[in-house]
Amino acid sequence: MTLAELIATAMVALRRNVLRSVLTTLGIIIGVGSVIVMSAIGSGASKQIDAQIASLGTNQLTIFPGSMNVGGRQGGAGSAPPLTEKDLRAIRENVTGIDAAAGNMNSGATVVVGNVNWVTQINGSSAEVQTVRDWPLKSGRFYDALEASSGRKLAVLGSTVARELFGEADPLGTMVRINNVPFQVIGVLSEKGQAGGRDQDDVVILPLSTARSRLMGRVRVPDEIGQILVKVDDRYELSEVQADIERVLRQRRRIAPNATDNFMVRNFAEFLATRNATTRTLGLLLASTAAISLIVGGIGIMNIMLVSVTERTREIGLRMAIGASGADILGQFLTEAVLLCMAGGFLGLVLGAGIAIVISTLFAWPVYISPGVVLMAIMASASVGVIFGFVPARRASQLNPIEALRYE
Amino acid sequence: MTAAGIASPVPVVAARNLCKTYQLGEQSVHALREVSFDIQRGEFVAIMGPSGSGKSTLMNMIGALDVPSSGQLLIDGTDIGTLDRDQLAALRNHTIGFVFQQFNLLARTSALDNVKLPLTYSRPRRADATDIARSCLEKVGLAERMDHVPSQLSGGQQQRVAIARALVNSPSIILADEPTGALDSATSLEILQLFESLNAQGMTVIMVTHELDVASHARRLLRVKDGRLVEDRAVNGALTEHQS
Repeated sequence: MTLAELIATAMVALRRNVLRSVLTTLGIIIGVGSVIVMSAIGSGASKQIDAQIASLGTNQLTIFPGSMNVGGRQGGAGSAPPLTEKDLRAIRENVTGIDAAAGNMNSGATVVVGNVNWVTQINGSSAEVQTVRDWPLKSGRFYDALEASSGRKLAVLGSTVARELFGEADPLGTMVRINNVPFQVIGVLSEKGQAGGRDQDDVVILPLSTARSRLMGRVRVPDEIGQILVKVDDRYELSEVQADIERVLRQRRRIAPNATDNFMVRNFAEFLATRNATTRTLGLLLASTAAISLIVGGIGIMNIMLVSVTERTREIGLRMAIGASGADILGQFLTEAVLLCMAGGFLGLVLGAGIAIVISTLFAWPVYISPGVVLMAIMASASVGVIFGFVPARRASQLNPIEALRYE
Repeated sequence: MTAAGIASPVPVVAARNLCKTYQLGEQSVHALREVSFDIQRGEFVAIMGPSGSGKSTLMNMIGALDVPSSGQLLIDGTDIGTLDRDQLAALRNHTIGFVFQQFNLLARTSALDNVKLPLTYSRPRRADATDIARSCLEKVGLAERMDHVPSQLSGGQQQRVAIARALVNSPSIILADEPTGALDSATSLEILQLFESLNAQGMTVIMVTHELDVASHARRLLRVKDGRLVEDRAVNGALTEHQS
């Protein structure tokens, strides 16, 4: 028999009992459907996380003051002596492979223009922060190093803040009051989007020295810095630069050779590694769910194919009498099982995609159905057909034609 | 040995000391014992016998569905005892046209596709399968019903489709097992006349039956009893019980 004849024969057999065919494939439909939904949600989320990590920058290092152990009591994060302008300078001067390094302090503040106000995050930053964070401007300009150190009251708005305070109007040159201190808007940043559930554009960037003296309130040392952000030159190894920074800071902060650091250096490569591990776990979970549901579905297929072989014993006998070989009969029933499974897989695909689309519109959750998963679903359901269809098909092919013809 | 038919160097069916023994637990059942006969090309043979006589076993072997325990059965000169399952299937496909009591047509499948079915198992494939099937349906007088499915056909028409299916591979033998068993007497007569006309065109027809008036349409009668061939004679006209 040709493939077209095999498929036509199988279609006739499956159409004999449409309801039973559909119920039989329900296991496969649900299995494939749930895998499609989960993978669509999962890869939608991981695609979003990837984009966020890329927007944070993967060649960045962030240095925080760490915790300190005083008399056996481990303090919380930031309990160690703060980082200072001197630390920043030392890193700039003594560490090779640094593209740019910026000090940074964060605080919350209310920004007021006329009768509009907006609570946002303010970043007091060195002028280099624009390079470090690789953040282009939408309009206007950034303050330079001289302006930053001379205590000028200049502000660069994140796009969310600009939109909330000014709407469509041009904010450049306008005076805004940040915690009642007037600042002049000189630039608006381009959009960076969400990261870690936070709107990165909901921010105002100010010169570090101005922010420290006017907005940060009490500081522990006059030249305190919250964090140091470092952008590593692409030509250097991130880990080597990190080690170099640690060496310089240990020296400056007089940490004994066997004592632990009282500061932390973090890089986004670590986040990436964590994410990859998470993705692998999620993938494994998906694969095992898929495997279990396909096995369950496959057993259903096998069961109904065995019933079908018994019901159609006479037909098998007839086909053998008129010249069908064992291989012909085997092929016939295998085709039927594979077709049944692939139809189930396809229905599951459609169902899963539909649910994923509903979820994405209802919950504004990003979904993504990868072509690889679609291909896998079809192939896996076809394999289930071959594996679980084999036993019934083989039983059919080994029937004795005389007994099969006599079967009532 | 032949009572009728055209003499031919190779008999279409040749039984040589044919034996078939079934093992039922400890007991051996001798279904056929030392049966020998020849059937020549163009004969119309009826095989009769009560149930348990071995006539079904004989028919299964003539149909290459079963192989002898000892002795030989040659179909077109081929000893079926030397063939494996697939070779037997191919032999059935090319040389035997089966007609069954219950027609055994595929439901929900058109008359034309039912008739084509044996050709789908033929190797090499026939490109003109549809044309052959169509001409066979015309031969049995169903040119107008080719697209009908079995449930839309009467019993007699269904049996005609089955006969067309038996003819489609130009077999050496039409082997009919109680072909009128499920039909009323008027329709039975039509079917038997169809066999007679096919036989008149040179087709070898072997018919298993237990009814004398059915057997009387044949031209030779083989009677089996207790696994042995007990009668082999020419048939001319109606058979009556005391004749046998």
